[in-house]
Amino acid sequence: MIDLLNALVALLNYVVIPATAYGAQLALGALGVTLVFGILRFSNFAHADVMAFGTMVVIGVTALFQSWGISFGILPTALLALPFGCLATIALVLGTDRVVYRFYRRVKAAPVMLMIVSIGVAFVMNGVVRMFVGTEDRTFSDGARFLISARDFKAATGLDEALSLKTTQAVTVVTAVIVVAALFWFLNRTRTGKSMRAYSDNEDLALLSGINPEHVVRVTWVIVAILATVAGTLYGLDKSFKPFTYFQILLPMFAAAIVGGFGSPLGAIVGGFTIAYAEILFTYAFKKVAGYVLPEALQPDGLAQLLSTDYKFAVSFAILVIVLLFRPNGLFGGKSA
Amino acid sequence: MSFLCATRMRGGYGGADILQGCDITVEKGEIAVIVGPNGAGKSTAMKAVFGMMSLREGSVVFDGEDITKLSPQDRVAKGMGFVPQTNNIFGTMSVEENLEMGGFLRRDDISVTIEQIYDLFPILREKRAQAAGELSGGQRQQVAVGRALMTQPKLLLLDEPTAGVSPIVMDELFDRIIEVARSGVSILMVEQNARQALEIADKGYVLVQGGNAYTDTGAALLANPEVRRTFLGG
Repeated sequence: MIDLLNALVALLNYVVIPATAYGAQLALGALGVTLVFGILRFSNFAHADVMAFGTMVVIGVTALFQSWGISFGILPTALLALPFGCLATIALVLGTDRVVYRFYRRVKAAPVMLMIVSIGVAFVMNGVVRMFVGTEDRTFSDGARFLISARDFKAATGLDEALSLKTTQAVTVVTAVIVVAALFWFLNRTRTGKSMRAYSDNEDLALLSGINPEHVVRVTWVIVAILATVAGTLYGLDKSFKPFTYFQILLPMFAAAIVGGFGSPLGAIVGGFTIAYAEILFTYAFKKVAGYVLPEALQPDGLAQLLSTDYKFAVSFAILVIVLLFRPNGLFGGKSA
Repeated sequence: MSFLCATRMRGGYGGADILQGCDITVEKGEIAVIVGPNGAGKSTAMKAVFGMMSLREGSVVFDGEDITKLSPQDRVAKGMGFVPQTNNIFGTMSVEENLEMGGFLRRDDISVTIEQIYDLFPILREKRAQAAGELSGGQRQQVAVGRALMTQPKLLLLDEPTAGVSPIVMDELFDRIIEVARSGVSILMVEQNARQALEIADKGYVLVQGGNAYTDTGAALLANPEVRRTFLGG
């Protein structure tokens, strides 16, 4: 019985908690990608760098707040800096749209062309971010490090296995729930939100109904900027901030959006958690858990790990390929990618 | 002057002209039907009336105002409603949301109009919360017509409203269209089911090669032996 509990705690600690936090971050990122695809009808490869830009601003404002002695109690100061990061990012994406994307919209460029344009935008943004903040790893979380620390948990329960819950993990999940709830309320209950869905659903009919496409596009960019900044900041708080890592999570974000069905917000969330759990389950060494639940004779010799953690991107890539082969419209039947 | 007066319309989608000086007029509260063989320019004539195609020659006068140069959106604001033949609903949105989007331009209370549309199409009230894309073909057409009626148009343009629905549903749709016309909305419709459409038409236009071949009341066209032999299959 104790063994089972130990196994359960180990699973919670090493799989469920990290995967849920990572899944929430991916889901927020994938929501941004899927909204751009649904409304502007192209795959935005610059999304990860928009996230990096937003996070960079948040880091800057956080440092400023810290130098002024402002803090947020046990919560990270970065949460206070988040609105400023969002504003800066909104300005960035609206400016980019005005200078770059609007031209291609006017000439009715093919989605593939817009996708390539977004890769160019990604390179520029990436360069800007590295110029300002540098390329090295940065940690910017402060406040209490743990809500439940391993030592306290062991002392309280008397189990061999420890469970720890980082503040940033709890903050990630709570923030993601709030942001997603606000987004769905906006899309389903407000006039502007409904007009965005209508435009995404049937562009011609939306135009006939008098919906102003430029307004829809602007609102979309504002939402995407907020989602990207929140996702980037949460990811940076939970792990660390390094511009290049952000470019790398583009793949799992796209995989999440496509698994759920490109253009479907609900799908992006389900996809985010699917990818996160898959990545972590495939790269987790189950030896410890097996040690608790299996009898001596059946103990695995190795780590019982399917893939080395270095290969975690291969997991999202494999899922992406499988989904595209067998269910190209994704789980929630979005537009085909 | 008629309520809608499209005269000497000439134009096409670049290249050769499809409309060769075609005339369409519709009176207030009247049902006008455009019929004719495939490729005669029926849908094109309607698109020209709605401004989805720019005319090289000719003019469109609506309610006493020359609207030849206006965009489709501006014509909606002037009191035209258009139901395209395909992709005429927001499939992922609920029936009620479809109607709300139809009334997007209106700043006044649209709930009264929504109720009127539910009275006209009772099945839509029943399915108000369901995604429009999940409905049957006939019900989707009702959503499409309902969406266009949300702006309270004075002229409703219907591009083959009965395409792909069963004969029973077709009869029901025509009944509803008559009801809409009785409420004072003029209707201009393009139809493949020429015989049934002419039966409910106050006025019929037979187009051939982008021009008016016959124009008369619906009943007279049905009785015309020439029209029967060439277009209605005997």
